[in-house]
Amino acid sequence: MAKVRLATVWLSGCSGCHMSFLDQDEKVLELAEKIELVYSPIADVKDFPENVDVTLVEGAVGNEEQLELLKRIRRNTRILVALGDCAVNGNVTALRNSLWNSDEEVLKRAYVENASINQAAPKQVPKLLKRVLALNEVVKVDAYVPGCPPSAELINQVLNELLEGKTPVLEGRFKYG
Amino acid sequence: MVEMVGLSKPIELTIDGRKVVAKEGETILEAAKKNGIRVPALCYLEGVSSFGGCRVCVVEIKGSPRLFASCVTPVAEGMEVLTDSERLRRYRKWALELLLAERPHVCSVCVANGSCELQQLATELGVDHLRIGREWTDYEVDLTHERFAYDPNRCILCTRCIRVCDEVEGVHTLDLMLRGKNSKVVFDLDENWGFAQSCTSCGKCSAACPVGALYVKGKPLSEVKKKDLVSFIIERRSGK
Repeated sequence: MAKVRLATVWLSGCSGCHMSFLDQDEKVLELAEKIELVYSPIADVKDFPENVDVTLVEGAVGNEEQLELLKRIRRNTRILVALGDCAVNGNVTALRNSLWNSDEEVLKRAYVENASINQAAPKQVPKLLKRVLALNEVVKVDAYVPGCPPSAELINQVLNELLEGKTPVLEGRFKYG
Repeated sequence: MVEMVGLSKPIELTIDGRKVVAKEGETILEAAKKNGIRVPALCYLEGVSSFGGCRVCVVEIKGSPRLFASCVTPVAEGMEVLTDSERLRRYRKWALELLLAERPHVCSVCVANGSCELQQLATELGVDHLRIGREWTDYEVDLTHERFAYDPNRCILCTRCIRVCDEVEGVHTLDLMLRGKNSKVVFDLDENWGFAQSCTSCGKCSAACPVGALYVKGKPLSEVKKKDLVSFIIERRSGK
């Protein structure tokens, strides 16, 4: 049987979901038998590849680069999974939405008001969106795995169910936060 | 529900195909509970009046196309009630999603994380994402009270606190201001909590809060162990 082409992506999040992914411990080895990791923060691949079976996306959409990447992911992925609360509903990443509807205000707060030296917003980084978006505000999402972070056990269960061709039903198994 | 001593007569009905006997004036939710049938509910609080606001406890009654909030619908002779069905699950999910979308409920930074009834129901009913956009409100957090805090951004407008303050403490410091999604729980005539003169600082409102909107300062909810405090007081007072 051909190996399942798996990608994991880190958008605006803290990487905690990826930490939880790695927390599967020895089960990662069992997983490695069944999958080929084609794109990930822990794999040295420059561009998001084509023809991916399953992509786990951690984090919300916070800037224009991520917006483009997510659209590309959707085009090239069969099953897109929102991994963790930020991807599912914005979570901590989107808290700024309560205060501002502006990328400039966010940068001002972080790099001018709260800085004691070099008070200036960075210019060589991708432009922030005015508001942080959950994945399903941008593209169609096929499965949701909430949690901050989702437990390693839950990630493992969901991945194995997807590998077996099932649609995971998370009722009673997940926890926001 | 007020029980009229000497006047109540037994009423027979079926809940989920089971024949049960209830007292006249009892609600479907109470009758189900007494017979070990759990109906998910959120704004309902045992011992105080019900107002049927959250719509999580909806049930089907044979012969009617509409759904009924079981916490405010009295039992009737021969009634056939269904507390679980595909349709009910669908509506309950929507009710929860609307509550979650109305304000920025971010569990990971909430004092109630892990002991929140909204969070638990979302897990139970499988609300693993929202199908509608979320409101990112920015209500001011009221920290003026010495012992308690109030964050309207986490409030689901269940009015448990208002009913407990009025009916158990007998003070009615809290009430609801404005309408619809703009509704807001206020103290006295919209004073800051610390300046609300009628407040006795009893803490029953925070004990009744199912989420992290009203809470004891400086402690996670899991340490306050407030669960069922209000029901306990009511039970003791009734001499049961």
